[in-house]
Amino acid sequence: MSYSPHTAADRERMLAAIGVESVDDLFADIPTAVRASAWDVPPPLVEQEVRTELARLAGRNRIPEVSFLGAGVYRHLVPSVVGEVIGRPEFATAYTPYQPEVSQGTLQSIYEFQSLICELTQMEVATASHYDGATATAEAALMACRLTRRTRVAVSAGVNPDYRRVLETYCSGPGIEVVTLPIDVTDGGTGTTDPAAVEALGEVACLIAAQPNFYGQVEPMRDLADAAHAGGAQLVAVVEPTSLALLAAPGDDGADIVTAEGQPLGIPASFGGPYVGLMAARMASVRQMPGRLVGATRDVAGRKGYVLTLQAREQHIRREKAASNICTNQALMALAATAYLVAVGPAGLREVAELSTTQARHATAALEDAGLARRRFGGTYFAEVTLKVPDAARRHAALAERGIVAGYLPERHDPALRDTLLLAATELTTDDDIARLLDGLEATR
Amino acid sequence: MSVAEAPSSGRGSAFAGAVGGDELTIVEPLIFDRSRPDRRAVRFPSASAAALESAAVQPELPASVLRSRALRLPEVSELDMLRHFNRLAHLNHAIDIGFYPLGSCTMKYNPKVNEWAARLPGLAESHPLDPEDLSQGSLELMWLLAELLKEISGFPAISLQPAAGAHGELTGMLMTRAYHRANGEGEQRIKVLVPDSAHGTNPATATMVGYQTVTIPSNERGGIDLHALRAALGPDVAALMITNPSTLGIFEDQIGQVIAAVKDAGAIAYMDGANLNAILGRFRPGEAGFDIMHFNLHKTFSTPHGGGGPGAGPIGVSKRLEPFLPAPIPTLVTGDATEVRANAWAGRSTDGARFALDDDRPQSIGKVRSCHGNFGMFVRAYTYIRSNGDAGLRTISEDAVLAANYLRVQLHDTYDLPYDRLSKHEVVFSGRRQKREHGVTTLDIAKAILDHGIHPPTIYFPLIVEEALMVEPTETESLETLDHFVGVMRAVADLAASDPAALKRAPTTTPVGRLDEAAAARRPDLRHIFGGVDAPEAPPSAPTAEVPTT
Repeated sequence: MSYSPHTAADRERMLAAIGVESVDDLFADIPTAVRASAWDVPPPLVEQEVRTELARLAGRNRIPEVSFLGAGVYRHLVPSVVGEVIGRPEFATAYTPYQPEVSQGTLQSIYEFQSLICELTQMEVATASHYDGATATAEAALMACRLTRRTRVAVSAGVNPDYRRVLETYCSGPGIEVVTLPIDVTDGGTGTTDPAAVEALGEVACLIAAQPNFYGQVEPMRDLADAAHAGGAQLVAVVEPTSLALLAAPGDDGADIVTAEGQPLGIPASFGGPYVGLMAARMASVRQMPGRLVGATRDVAGRKGYVLTLQAREQHIRREKAASNICTNQALMALAATAYLVAVGPAGLREVAELSTTQARHATAALEDAGLARRRFGGTYFAEVTLKVPDAARRHAALAERGIVAGYLPERHDPALRDTLLLAATELTTDDDIARLLDGLEATR
Repeated sequence: MSVAEAPSSGRGSAFAGAVGGDELTIVEPLIFDRSRPDRRAVRFPSASAAALESAAVQPELPASVLRSRALRLPEVSELDMLRHFNRLAHLNHAIDIGFYPLGSCTMKYNPKVNEWAARLPGLAESHPLDPEDLSQGSLELMWLLAELLKEISGFPAISLQPAAGAHGELTGMLMTRAYHRANGEGEQRIKVLVPDSAHGTNPATATMVGYQTVTIPSNERGGIDLHALRAALGPDVAALMITNPSTLGIFEDQIGQVIAAVKDAGAIAYMDGANLNAILGRFRPGEAGFDIMHFNLHKTFSTPHGGGGPGAGPIGVSKRLEPFLPAPIPTLVTGDATEVRANAWAGRSTDGARFALDDDRPQSIGKVRSCHGNFGMFVRAYTYIRSNGDAGLRTISEDAVLAANYLRVQLHDTYDLPYDRLSKHEVVFSGRRQKREHGVTTLDIAKAILDHGIHPPTIYFPLIVEEALMVEPTETESLETLDHFVGVMRAVADLAASDPAALKRAPTTTPVGRLDEAAAARRPDLRHIFGGVDAPEAPPSAPTAEVPTT
């Protein structure tokens, strides 16, 4: 199946206009010595055939009937209207708004996105988007290094292990040292970062901590911010966006830079992407922010309009002196998050957060009552909870065979957390799901 | 992501939001201005009494950690919300509406069956951390896409993880450094050579990895200056990053010598694959000797650009760099690769085949992104490659090159053509004659093109062409569209001669006229302020010209 519009007559006309005999003549500039040899690419398929092939692959996945898996990616309702908005071809098939006069739709929607993220986080400026929460966090660390002119960063072990891996990779570029601040993962421990341990880290550009943290635990963010500031460091808060309907905004907790994975805001799991990274900061730091920014201005007739702005930070202007190499980001996913936040509104986001926390507590209480699990940590949690479950790995596998994913196995990245399960609840978690999890754990006891 | 099938836009070639005409004037307020207290769109269920009772025994969220102030998200009905975004959509130009010859961006048609595929629940609802037994379809798709990209590029190994072209560059440069370090030359090789025609991302990427950028001049034919390259190469050079075909739309015909010189100097040969659309089936960079190349799935393989992403920037690498690829990598762990491929090409699954994520890669640079990359883009690209197949992929490049050369010969009398050679994917004109003779700039020309319902070419890039107009028609535009564009470009040039002041006033048919970008940068207004309280000001910046470019 080819999407070429050209007939044989069209091609003849074009070749004649160019003054060559055949299309091969147009490739005469590729030296013989480097021309491609044969490849093994299968023959074309028409739509009916390619649909069958994609349906085959989709059918090879088994979508679990019941899932408590989160660990950074959450199954929330994606309202139908959100899919409708991002499906508009005027959004989906446009590119970066380099010509603002014919890109006001994209530009105004990004301005609204920036506004919504600032309101959610109580920060003063938000970027147009990043690849995902992990790369946004890594870029925030590099930004903190530019702001403080320091070359070490500290990260709490309560930050998503995937993010910490990406952070290590990014920091290896300019040779920035990453030190990890442990959290108390002992049985019955706090499961959180100790603010008193921050001082001993020495001089760092920033402390990166997550709220709630990877294990669902609520961190003492205000104390962590104070501890970071006492040493002249920035606090980078990695947040979960739906939690901000209930939990204190990072801007009110003293965060200097905020990052987040925006996936929970109307974006399907889609085996890992595309998602959208969020980043927000204080206005005083704006010129060190990476990525695109949209600003309001006026046109020649005085009408309000929007443009890409403060581009003197960016690669296409500054080249080797740019704040980041980021170019294409995740605009359509930022639009999904914008449409989601508008569709659910303040009451809806609060309902999502409250129902998620209720169902997480309901699941935990039910499992504890049945003697199947107990909380690994003290303190409090948001909508994800780390449970001590004997023989967790075997039972996790056995339940998966029944179409139940019993959360995430923390021992996949930390052997100290053997025999624990990290369970996530969202508004989609039903009482029946909880009953089936309970039955499954009972049956594999 | 679920991109719906394209609804009809219901408008013709002129912009519906035009302010110049007297018909429809759309000035859409901010969504915040449509908000009314207690108005609702989407609602959620309540927790059951049993759940509330059970949850009550668990620790509550203490008041000290709760949000202390109102969350001022807009409160609107679903219809009002939908109308808001639909009205905003009407203010955009897009491929599905009209011609979009934005050079270097490959704005080709994005087939709708790809969107259908990405929305299949079996793929869209697949969680990246689901047990591998439940994710065999996603893993097989990633493995098959990598196999196809190997065939297309000639590289023996692929990572799909990078989320965009620039992210692929970053991955490639981190691997370059890991390679030199493994050979004990990490300290000594500190420079990256970049031609003066390169995308801005190349030098910016080199900096992110701690490398110094050395700019290599182009020769009078638009190729790299081989003497200057050889003079710059030495034991302190880590890599050459070269775009081929170049940003001038020219195939580097000295490419064999370039690669040989770079490798003789012990450096890595990196190819920016942004312009792969011109050379499918004609030139395979891995086969030709390059060490690394990033693909832009959102260019060559037609995943929608989305107003600035998501993209996807997989990289292909040579054998010597394979150990350093980002981890994990989808791998066929049980089964014969040839058989699995043959079956998949015939639309069959292979009994007993098993795929897994290989994370045991001790020399890997690590992860560059969470999870596995922009999987939804992989689904679209795989669908696109299978639809086109062998013959279709070749036709893509043939027709893309045909179209670019056609525009070259049709317009080279109207606009200067600094490098009048065979074009590949694009052709770069110069508006210098119009500037010199009539005082109109390329920016004026671009704005005048907008009034014809066409998105202008990329302007002021590449930097080595004065008043550059970079035109990439792609293979999916009909001859009628190309001829119409030629007519528009000639009409604009005529207008530049007859009434230059008219060009300075353009555009007049778009939703807004020219916008004051300098004011936007001087007094940044980057968010809606509730109740009109002034935002804190950004600190003053060093004066830097903000030239429009891509």
